[in-house]
Amino acid sequence: MAIAFTVNGQPVSVTVEEDTPLLWVLREELGLTGTKFGCGVAACGACSVQVDGALVRSCSLPVGEAAGKAVRTIEGLKAADGTLHKVQQAWIAAQVPQCGYCQSGQIMAAVALIEQVGTPSDAEIDAAMTNICRCGTYPRIRAAIRAATGAAAAATAASVPAEQGDA
Amino acid sequence: MADNPQPELDYPQTPAAPERSETPPSRKGIKRRLFLAGTALVAGGGVFALWWADSSARSKAKALVEGKGEHAFAAWVKIAEDDSVTIYSPHIDFGQGSHTALGQMLADELDAAWDKVTVEQAPADLAFANAALAKGFLPLMVGETVAGLIPDAVIGMMARAMPLQITGGSSAIRFTGEVAMRKTGAAVRAALVAEAAERLGGPERELATGDSRVTHAPSGRSLRYGELAAGAAQRPLSSDPVLKTRAQWKLIGKPIPRRDIPAKVDGSAVYGIDFTLPGMRVATIAMAPVRGGKLKSLDEAPALAVKGVETVVRLDDAVIVVGKGYWQARKGLEALAPTWSDGGHGAISTAAIYAAQARLRQSAQKPDNESGSGDVEAALSAAGARRIEAEYRVPFLHHAMMEPFALTGHFKDGKLHLWGGLQDPLSTRTRAAKAAGLAVEDVVFTPMIMGGGFGRRFPDLVEIIDQVAVLAMQVPYPVKLIWSREEELRHGTYRPQSSALLTGAVKDGRITAMRIDYVQSGSAEGEVPFIYDLPAVSRRHFAYRSNQIDGPWRSVNATQLGFYTESFIDELAAAAGEDPYRFRRKHLPEGSRHVKVLDEVARRASWGTPLPAGVGRGIAIVESFGTIVAEVVEAALKEDGTPKVLRAWAVVDCGTTINPLNAEAQIMGGLIMGLSSAMGEQVTLEKGAVVESNFTDYPILKLADAPPVVDVHFIDSGAKTGGIGEPGLPPASPALVNALAALTGKRIRTLPVLAQAKA
Repeated sequence: MAIAFTVNGQPVSVTVEEDTPLLWVLREELGLTGTKFGCGVAACGACSVQVDGALVRSCSLPVGEAAGKAVRTIEGLKAADGTLHKVQQAWIAAQVPQCGYCQSGQIMAAVALIEQVGTPSDAEIDAAMTNICRCGTYPRIRAAIRAATGAAAAATAASVPAEQGDA
Repeated sequence: MADNPQPELDYPQTPAAPERSETPPSRKGIKRRLFLAGTALVAGGGVFALWWADSSARSKAKALVEGKGEHAFAAWVKIAEDDSVTIYSPHIDFGQGSHTALGQMLADELDAAWDKVTVEQAPADLAFANAALAKGFLPLMVGETVAGLIPDAVIGMMARAMPLQITGGSSAIRFTGEVAMRKTGAAVRAALVAEAAERLGGPERELATGDSRVTHAPSGRSLRYGELAAGAAQRPLSSDPVLKTRAQWKLIGKPIPRRDIPAKVDGSAVYGIDFTLPGMRVATIAMAPVRGGKLKSLDEAPALAVKGVETVVRLDDAVIVVGKGYWQARKGLEALAPTWSDGGHGAISTAAIYAAQARLRQSAQKPDNESGSGDVEAALSAAGARRIEAEYRVPFLHHAMMEPFALTGHFKDGKLHLWGGLQDPLSTRTRAAKAAGLAVEDVVFTPMIMGGGFGRRFPDLVEIIDQVAVLAMQVPYPVKLIWSREEELRHGTYRPQSSALLTGAVKDGRITAMRIDYVQSGSAEGEVPFIYDLPAVSRRHFAYRSNQIDGPWRSVNATQLGFYTESFIDELAAAAGEDPYRFRRKHLPEGSRHVKVLDEVARRASWGTPLPAGVGRGIAIVESFGTIVAEVVEAALKEDGTPKVLRAWAVVDCGTTINPLNAEAQIMGGLIMGLSSAMGEQVTLEKGAVVESNFTDYPILKLADAPPVVDVHFIDSGAKTGGIGEPGLPPASPALVNALAALTGKRIRTLPVLAQAKA
C-alpha cells in the first residue's frame, strides 16, 4: 500500500510493505543514500534521522510508523541556498571524518542534541552521542559540537520552525 | 525531493590493450608475493630505464586518463591546459587521508598551486601498479644492500607482475609518497622548466617556478603550466630529479584540510554500498556458521514465497537470496532453514584454542621462527636474579569497518563489471576473473569510497568478490550483494587469537634476560622490532592455526607483541621495585629516538606527579611500521567497577609529518581503537562457530568512554619517514592495563578487560 510522509520538506509516497525499515525506503526507494546501514539493530546509529523532530534509528523504524510524519535526513540539513548547517560547518572546520561512513548519523545526533538543549555540557554530549565510530573520531566530534554550539543554537532557533513549517 | 546522490550509469571502458593473464594471488602475504617476483626478476634483470619513465606504462597510462587538452606525464600526474593538475593515487583512501597527503607531496615538488590540484584514485590497471610499494617493502625482505642493487625498472616490472595496488602496511606515505610522488613531482617540474627555457629563451638557472607558473625573472616574462604542458609532456623525465630541501617545502608538513571531507558531511559521498544501477537487484547472504563447513540441504520455497524475492542461489558454503531490495532479500533469507556441515571443526572453541596453544608451546621441538641474542637460559637461572613468568592471552578481533561488505556486479556484453571498495583494485580483478571463469581483461573493477577497512579489505581474503562474480554470471540484471552485520562479524578474517608465555629475570634493578614464547598463526619476527637493549633476549614464534582465517588487523602483529612486551616490562619493573617510565628508559639505547619519545610523553603527561585518588597512570612504547609511539593513559573505575579512560597522551616519531592535522587524527584514532579492543572486544568460538552476532555483544568503545581529548605530539626527527595509520594503536592496550594495575594492584593478562572484570 502507499505510505505518504515528507522527507526534508518534500512530500513523498512509497508503495512498500509497511514493515520495511525507513532506512531502506530512504536508501533504495528515494535514493537518499547519505543515511547509512551499519548494524540493522539500532546499535550503531549510522542510520540516524529525525522523525517529527525526534532522533530515530531508521534501521529499526517500520516505514508504516513514519506515515504522515516529517522525516529529516543528512541531505536536508543544508539551507535552500546550499549553505551547510552550522554543525556540518563545524565538522569540516574540526576535520572530523576519517572514513566518514558513520558521520551522517553522528551529525544528525549532534544536530538533534543541540536543537534540544542548546549548548550541551560534556555530560550531555556523553549521554546523547551514542553512535559508534570505528575510526575513533570522538575527540574531534566533541570539539566540533562545542565549536558549533553557540552559533548553532542561534541558527537552530531561526531555521527549525521554518523547516517544520515546510514539512 | 532532494538531489539524488546516486552516480550516473557508468560502465567504464575496459583498458584497450590486452594484458597478459595474471594468476590470482594466493592467500599469502604481500611480502611473499614480492619476494617471489623479486627473486625471479632480479635473476633476469638488467633493464636500466626508470620505472616512471617506462614508455609502455606511460603510453598506456596516457590512453587511460588523458582527455582533450590534458597531458599525462607519468602514471601519477596529468596537467591540463587550464592549469588543473590531476594526481592519481595508487592507494585507496578509506579515511586515513592519504590522498590529500600524497597530493601534497607531489604538488609541492611540482610547485603547483594547491587549489588547482585534484587527487583521484588510479584506475585498476597495470599501468598504475605501484612500483614504489615494491621498492619500499623490498629492503624488509632482502635487506637494504641487496634491495639497493635492484634497478628501478625491475621494481616497476615486479609491481606489474604482482600485480600491486595494495593499501596496507602503513605504506602510502613512507613508500609511495617518498619514492614515487616526490620524485615524480620534481621530474615533471624539471620538464616544465626545460620547456619554458626553450620558449622564454632564458637559461634554466634564470627560471623559477611557483604557483603553477615558470617565471624568467630578468625579463619578467612567465608561462603557465597549462601553456607548457603539451610540450613538456613530450620531454623525457629526469631519472634523478633534484628534490626540494625541507626549507623549500610549501605544502609538505602543512595542516592542509582533507579534500574528501565536505562530501562526507553532507551525505553526498558515494560508498560502495550506495552504488546503484537501473534495474539493479539487491542480495544478501548466509554463510556456513562454522568456517570450513558446507551447505548440506536447503528448501528454497519459503524464501521464494516472500514478496519481493526474486531468486535463491546456492553456493558451496552459502545461500544468497536476491530481492527487489535489501529488506526483501533479508526477509527471504530469514525464512530459510538451511542445514550446514561443520567441516570437522565442531569441537573448536576459544578455550580449546588457548589449551592447544599452551600444549604446542610446551611440546614443540623447536619454534617456527625466532630472534634474539645472548644466553637467555643461563641468565634466567643465574644466581641472585629474580625470575618471573606470566601467561598472556588476546582474543580474535573483528575489524568492524562501519560499512559492511557490499559489492555490485553486472555481466554485460561479455564483461563482468564490479563496483565496490577493496584495498587492492588489481588483485580484485584477478580474483573475480578466476571465480567467474573469465579472462582478467574481461573484468572491469571500479573502486569506490570505503567505509573503513582496518585490514579487512585485502582482496586475498575477501570472499564477497567470488560470491558476486558467481552471482552476477547467473542473473540477467545488475546485482548488489550486501553482507549483514551478523555475517560480517561471524565470517571475519580476524586479528588472530594468540597467547604467550613471558619469562624474565631482574637483578640489581636491571633486566638480565627476557624470553617471549608466543603462539599464533603468523610470525612477527622481522616485522615488530624488539626495542630494548638487554643482555639476553629471545622471541620465539610457534605457528598455530584454528579453522579461522587470520587476517591483518590494523597494526597487525604489533598489537599482540606490543601488549605482551609492554605489560611484562611493567611486571619486571614492579619486581625490581622501579618506576615503569624510568625502568623502560634505562633499558632503551642511550640517546636513541625511543628515549626521546618516551621522555617527551612522560613530560607532557606530568609523569610522576601525584594523581587524584582513584586514578591510575600507565605508560607503553611500541615501534611499528617504522614509527615509534609512546602513550600514557590515565584511568579510573566507574561506579559499576568498569574502567574508564580519563586522559591520554601520544608522542610520535615518524621522521617527518606530511600533514600534521591528518597525522594527529590517525594517531588519535589508532589509540582509541586500541583502547576499544582492549576494553571490550572479543570474537569467541563455541562448537566451531562464532558466538557474537552484532554490536550488541561486540562492544565498540563509544564517545562517553573515550578520552575527551588525546594530546598528540610529533617529534620531527627527520629520520626516514614512517607509517602513521597503524602505529598509534599498539601502545594503547598495554598502557591501559598498566594504568589499571597501578590503580587496583591487579594485573590483567587476558584481554578484553571487561570480560575479566565480569569473571
